[in-house]
This record gives sequence, structure tokens and C-alpha cells, in this order.
Amino acid sequence: MAAPEQYDAIVIGGGHNGLVNAAYLAKAGLKTVVLERRHLVGGAAITEELVPGFNFTTFSYALSLVRPDIVQDLDLVRHGMMVLPLTSTFQPGYNGDFLHLGADSWANYHEIARHSPADAEASRELGHIVSRVARALKPWFDRIPPNCVSSDPVEVAAMAELHAYMDGLDPEVRDMLQRFSDCSAAEILDDYFEHDLVKAMYATSGIIGSRAGPRSKESGLVWLFHKMGDYDGVPGQWGFHKGGNGGFTQVLARAVEAFGGTIRTNAGVAGVLYDGGRAAGVELEDGGAMHADVVVSALDPRQTFMRMVDPDDLPGDLVGHIRDFKFQGTASKVNFALSELPRFPGLEGRADVFRGFTNIAPSIDYLEEAFADCREGRFSRRPFLDCCVQSTLDPDMAPPGKHVMSCFAMYTPYQLADSDWETERDNLGNTVQQTLEDFFPGFGDSVIHREVVTPLDIEKVVGLSEGNIFAGELFASQLFCNRPAPGWNQYRTPIDGYYQCGSGTHPGGCVMGGPGMLAAQQILGDRQPA
Amino acid sequence: MPRTTPFHDQVEPLNQTGVWKHWSGYLVAPQYQYSLTSEYYAIRNAAAVLDTSPLFKYRFTGSGARPLLERVLARDVGACAVGRAQYTCWCDERGYVLQDGVVVHVSEKEYLLTAAEPALRYFRNEARRLGLTDVEVEDVSDAFGILAIQGPHAHAVLEQLTDVATPLRYFGVARGIVAGCDVVVSRTGYTGDLGYELWIRSEDAGRVWDALMVAGVGHNLTPIGTTALKMARVEAGLLLMGADFHNARFAWVDEERETPSELGWGWMFRKLDDDGRDFIGRSAIEAEVRDRTSRWNTVGLAVDWHDYERVYSEAGVLAPHHEVYSESTMSIYRRSDTPWEYAGYASSFLTSSLLRRPVAIAKLPLDLTTPGSEVDLEVSVIRQPKTVLSRVERLPFFDPPRKTALMTGSEG
Repeated sequence: MAAPEQYDAIVIGGGHNGLVNAAYLAKAGLKTVVLERRHLVGGAAITEELVPGFNFTTFSYALSLVRPDIVQDLDLVRHGMMVLPLTSTFQPGYNGDFLHLGADSWANYHEIARHSPADAEASRELGHIVSRVARALKPWFDRIPPNCVSSDPVEVAAMAELHAYMDGLDPEVRDMLQRFSDCSAAEILDDYFEHDLVKAMYATSGIIGSRAGPRSKESGLVWLFHKMGDYDGVPGQWGFHKGGNGGFTQVLARAVEAFGGTIRTNAGVAGVLYDGGRAAGVELEDGGAMHADVVVSALDPRQTFMRMVDPDDLPGDLVGHIRDFKFQGTASKVNFALSELPRFPGLEGRADVFRGFTNIAPSIDYLEEAFADCREGRFSRRPFLDCCVQSTLDPDMAPPGKHVMSCFAMYTPYQLADSDWETERDNLGNTVQQTLEDFFPGFGDSVIHREVVTPLDIEKVVGLSEGNIFAGELFASQLFCNRPAPGWNQYRTPIDGYYQCGSGTHPGGCVMGGPGMLAAQQILGDRQPA
Repeated sequence: MPRTTPFHDQVEPLNQTGVWKHWSGYLVAPQYQYSLTSEYYAIRNAAAVLDTSPLFKYRFTGSGARPLLERVLARDVGACAVGRAQYTCWCDERGYVLQDGVVVHVSEKEYLLTAAEPALRYFRNEARRLGLTDVEVEDVSDAFGILAIQGPHAHAVLEQLTDVATPLRYFGVARGIVAGCDVVVSRTGYTGDLGYELWIRSEDAGRVWDALMVAGVGHNLTPIGTTALKMARVEAGLLLMGADFHNARFAWVDEERETPSELGWGWMFRKLDDDGRDFIGRSAIEAEVRDRTSRWNTVGLAVDWHDYERVYSEAGVLAPHHEVYSESTMSIYRRSDTPWEYAGYASSFLTSSLLRRPVAIAKLPLDLTTPGSEVDLEVSVIRQPKTVLSRVERLPFFDPPRKTALMTGSEG
């Protein structure tokens, strides 16, 4: 057998954070390799041609939070980054009612005013204060968070700086941030709105990907998290990468290689090699090994600490935190190839309606009932769906005149009480399809192909524990200083030279790249001579 | 699709330019004719009619209407008797201006209010906070259209249609009937000229419009767009939300917020020492006056014609005088030994055809706001920054006696 290959840095996992991390390390001159278990990089951000001519965003399907620094630092535009605006939010209600918001703020005012003038006014105010809160938090999104349990003077000073910053915020901004931390989305929405369809539209951001209903306390922060991004500087707006999010990770892969990094696919890692508390490389699933002083796990915290290394070699408190770290995936994807656009009665043929998010969430109660099923250990009989007919934006996603539709479906608990996901796969597909049929009569007849991706599939295929799309819930107990564990939130691990950069580290999930970027800063900083 | 005003069917065929724009989500004409100046002179020379229906309109009814407005509006609405209208503003608790508008006291328990931006929820929340039960706040934006008839012949046009306009003093209000339709007529406007505004039920819009057109034939009654109106309002010294100030509710920082005093509306609070009014923002406004913490004032700025000519002439080009109306910030500097010493900015600029000189609405530090104070206004001359001598001048720049004069009926 040949001698193990020698690198400066090995990144385990070719998800978007692994790629971002590797690109930064390679740019800094480190001989870097990304090891991806599957045949393609991208992790949960991939696009696959499952039916000839039909490109599916199998898992992740929209962009907003990509850190702007990364775009510049890694020269992503040169490598093909192109994000199209998701200008529409379509929210069907009951009995033919709907909300359809677009790119014009006054047109949106009148659309909401059609349901409630007071809500239309409140919507402007809420939008502004949410943007202000998001802007206030941004500096802390884009830096390595302090270690809140350390007595190191540097960390103590950083915590003091954080507290001083929060104290210095405009009281209105600080109070609203507090409400997001303390309250459910529904409680906040009750302060602003009277119309249920309007509330439900906003509430969807508070439950996406989380085991939380709109009346669960955690939904406030989840909502804020999804408003932390922007589209071309417009706060809280989302976009669609040309070719889907797989198109975006291909851009990142090109950046890695342009900086001299190496990408290996079909290269599953069995474990990290370490000796005397120092990382030495990795052992591959095929039995081979690679050596490097820096090993970075872009996997989720459970994989990083419980599988890649022996937890017995780690401090007990860290292992305890990782054991308690909540994954509890509750979301699935059902993707469709369609022979024609869905038809909403009264809006037939309106492609613009689908150039953004179509939310099947007609009321707060609907969402709560969907969540009640989840708590009972079954998937929602009337699920919340977040859909996008991406071929209305990007004609290369489907053959001319045909369409692909991505449907994010909740709630679908990873742990089913009385069944298993292999049994329930088609039942879930049928339930989602029937729900769409209810709002878009004739939908079923237009289905050419259907792909059902359960939380178990997400875990098996992508490697995200329990299928949690964020690599761990976005709850306060698992964010910032606590992500993934207090004291271990700065991308280092107890093993020298072994780092973490997945979405289970700060700033967290969604296609963002922040963890990959900040971990690279830490790694490169640690290599500087003291 | 943009919404249309109740007058759209009438005005749509009159727009010779084919250009439309959005005003709060409604389709309106920025100008009807290719010659903006002709439209502008309809205001100063004959009579102009303008559709201002996109304004947000609220109706307050019940015995709680007055207490609510007294609490919310910064100017003393108690001084606005039945049959009167009042230019007013409302502020947040910190004394920053949210909006301005005109309140109309229609009858004992009924007020109407115009606003540039939505405020229904704001007023309703305040009513709830005050525990006022007998007050209904309605959004009547869609129920009414508003037409402004402005210019020296405005009265001559209107008196053919109703008797109630003639006795109206400046800011007087009356109910009347025009073309068989109930209307509210106020002697108000945004032009600083003789003029009236008509609140017309949306379903009556076409009939009233048609009657106006017939009455206006002998008076060159001209439909005008929003640009000519905005030009006239600079001469009248009237501020435009979105240009000269912004709703404090949507500011990010206090530098973007302004107090009534900073907007030149200190006159609204002359009797503050004597009245015990408890309105939102009062304590902040009192403190501002007491401690003299105003950061600037909003003033008229008359640009020196000779100096304006000079900077262009020296560059070998003609000075632009025709139809220059701008809402872009223009920097203002102190005239001192230190070059380019920043002082403030102009928020609206107009080369006034009638006044034969450029004028502006400007924000200046308090030591420069005395009428006659000299400053330098930055203009761009062939893409080079130049400064032009300008002088602070009392607003309005144009204030014809007819604006407030008593009218007499042509037959009486």
C-alpha cells in the first residue's frame, strides 16, 4: 500500500460549509483536500436530474443568508454565482381567498389591506423593526462568538463587549430582540395583526425546519433567524441560485479548486487519527489514510464528536452537551416533475405567482394542528408546505413548458410513534399531493414524477443526524455561545488540530457559509506563531 | 397591478404623455402635457385641477373623536372649530415627527384627516390606550376621492357649481352639493395659492369631474400632474414627506428623524406655555424648546441669481433655469476661510419660473437660519462641484394676497 498522502488540512464533508472552509484554507496557502462520502459535493445543497431534463433541488432550495464576505473573499461571481430574486409570496387561504405579495411595497400594502388595512400598516412597521433587529445582530453573526465559560481575559473582555453592545442598542431594537428570544411567533404576531391569513404567512418563517409550532416559544428566534439574510441588501429577502442550490455548491467547488484545493468524492471518512491529543489525519472507509496537522469536520456535532473520534477521549461535559443536542428532524421534501403549472382558481396561468414561496398555511390553527400530529409521533395529516415552482424562475430546471416544484413539508417527525419511514414514504407523498390537490385542483393529473425525501433519507443520504436540516435545532440553547456546546463554540475541539465547521456551529444552519468562514479564521489564527 | 383612483376613467384619456407613476400604489400622472411649465402656470395664472385621491383618508366620529385627536395631534386641534381645517402634524413620544396632514372639522363629532402614509392602526391603538370608547376611526381612503382646484380662477370655477365656496375663509370648510352630489369643500391646498379641495364620494367622482370641466372651460381649468404641484409647493414653502422629512417610524437612527421645530413648525407650539394639552411628544418638545437642543432648522434658501449665472458662465455653458425640480440632497457650506466647511443641505430645489430665480428648502444649523444669512450651495457644473452664494429667506417664497383674501360672489 502506498504511503498515506500528506496534506496541510483535511476537510471532512463536502457540504457548503466544508467547501467554504477548504476554499479559505487553500486561499491561505494550505495544501487542502475535501473528502466527500458521496459521488457529488454539496451535502444538502445539491441539484439532481432525477428524470431526464428535470432538475430537482433534492433538499435545500433557497438562499438568503450566504455571508456577503464569502462572495467577495472567494471570488464566487467569477465561478458562476448567480442568485435570482424570489419576488413572490403566495399564500392560499380558504374558500379561494389568498395573499399574493410581490416586489412592490405599496402593491403589497394594498394586497394586505384587502384583508385588513390595519394589518397592512402593521406589516410595514413589523418589517422595519425586524430589519433593524437583524442589522443589530449582524456584526455578531459574522464573528467568532466569545467563549462564555472561559476565564481567559480575552474571552471575559469579549463577553463584556457583547453585553455593552446589547446595552447600547436602541431600546426599541433591544426590546424587540428580547421578544424574539422570549416569545412565540404567534404571540408577536398577535401584537401586530388581526387577520389569520396574514399571521399565518409570517408564522411560517418561525417554524421552518424546526420542531416548533407557531405557538411554541422557540418559534420567535427561528423566525428572526430566517430574516437575518438579504437579497441584494434588501433585508429578509430570499433568492434562488441558478441551477438550484446544487448550482451554488458547484460554484464553491470551483472556488476550492481555483485556490489549489483538492476535492475527493466517494471518499468516506471512517474516523479522525489522533495521537496524544493531537490530530494527525483521517482513516478512510476504504481502509486508506491521509495525514494532516489540521483536520476539519464539516459534519454535524453528533458526527463530529461521537463518530469521527472516540467520545471516551473527550471531556464528559462536552459529550453530555452533544448527547443532549437536539436534532429531532421534522421536515421532509416532496419534489415533483409537472406537465403544467399548478392552477389556483382565479389565477390560472399566472407563472409569477410561483416565482417565490407558495405557503400552504391558511391559518395559525392549521399550523398548530399540523404540529399537534408531530407531537403525537405521526406526520401531519394536513401538512404545512413551502413550495416553489423553480422552473418559472430558471428555464434550465425543466424542459420547455414543463415544471419542477420543490415542496418542503412539515411536520414529519424523524421518530414515528407507530410506524417507520420506509412504510410511510408513499403515504407522506400521497398526503402532500392531496393537500396540493385541495388548493390547486387538477394538480395530481399534472404529476410526471414524484420524489419523497423523508427525515430518514436526509440522515442516510446527507448524513445530517435525525434529518435535521440545520445540523441541530435553531433554539436559543443551541445558538451562539452554545453552538454546539458552551466552551466549544469557537470551532476548536479538545483535540489539537481537530476543528469543526458545520452548520452545527455558529452562526448555524441554512446555506450560509458562516461556520466554514469563521472556522477558517480560527484555524489560520491558530497557525500564526504566538 | 396598480390601483386606480376614482377619477381614473376621466383623467386617463387626458394624459398626453402616456407616462404614469405610482403614488402609494395608485396610478397617477406626473404630468399631462409635454410642457411642465404650462401645467405649472395653470396654478399661478388660471386654475388647475389635481387628483390627490391617493392620500390616506381617515374619519373620526363620536364624542371621543376630539379627545383622541387632541392626544394624538401635536398642534392644538381644539383651536380648529367646526367648519375649519388645520394643517397639523403628529409625533412619537420622543417628539419626532411621524407625519403631517390636514384635519377637517366637519361637524361637532366628526373630523376628517389626510395622511401621506397609513395611520389607521396607529390612531386605533391610541384610542384603545386612552380608553376612549365612543370614537370610531375609519379608513375612508377608498370611499372618497379628493380633487384640488387651485389657482387665481379656482373660485370662479367653483362658484358656478356651489354657493358654499364663496364665504369660505382660508382653511374654512363647508358641506355642499356639486352636480347633485354631496361634497366637503375646504379652502386648502398644497400650492400656496387661492384654492379649494373637494372630498367627493368615489361613486360620484365622474359626475363631479365632468361638472368641473364644464365650469372650467372659460377659465382654462387644466388638469395637472404631481410634478407641477410639487414645483408650486416649494414656492409655497410647504414640506414634502419623503423629500424634506421622513416618517420617524421608519427611521433607523435619530439622524433621520426630525422634530417639528427642526422642520420649521415651531409656530405650532407658540401657546404651549399657556395650554395644558397632553399630546404625544409634548414633554420632549417642551424640553427641546427649553434646552434649545434643536439640531437644525428648515428654512427657505434663495439662490443668488448672479452667482448662479457666474458658475455656469465661467464653465462656458448656460445656467439651467427651465423646469429644474429636484429632491436630491444638495450640500451647503459655510462661507468661511475653511473651504468646503459643511453646514447643511437643501432637500428640495426649484428653478422658479415665476420668481425668476432658483429657490430651495434647506436644513441649516441654528446660527445660520436668520433671514439674510449667507451660505454656499453646491451645484454640479459639467460634473464639477461648484458653490453658489445663497441667502436664507423667510418662507413662503411666494404668498399672493388672493391665497387668503375674502371672495365675493360674481353675482353678489
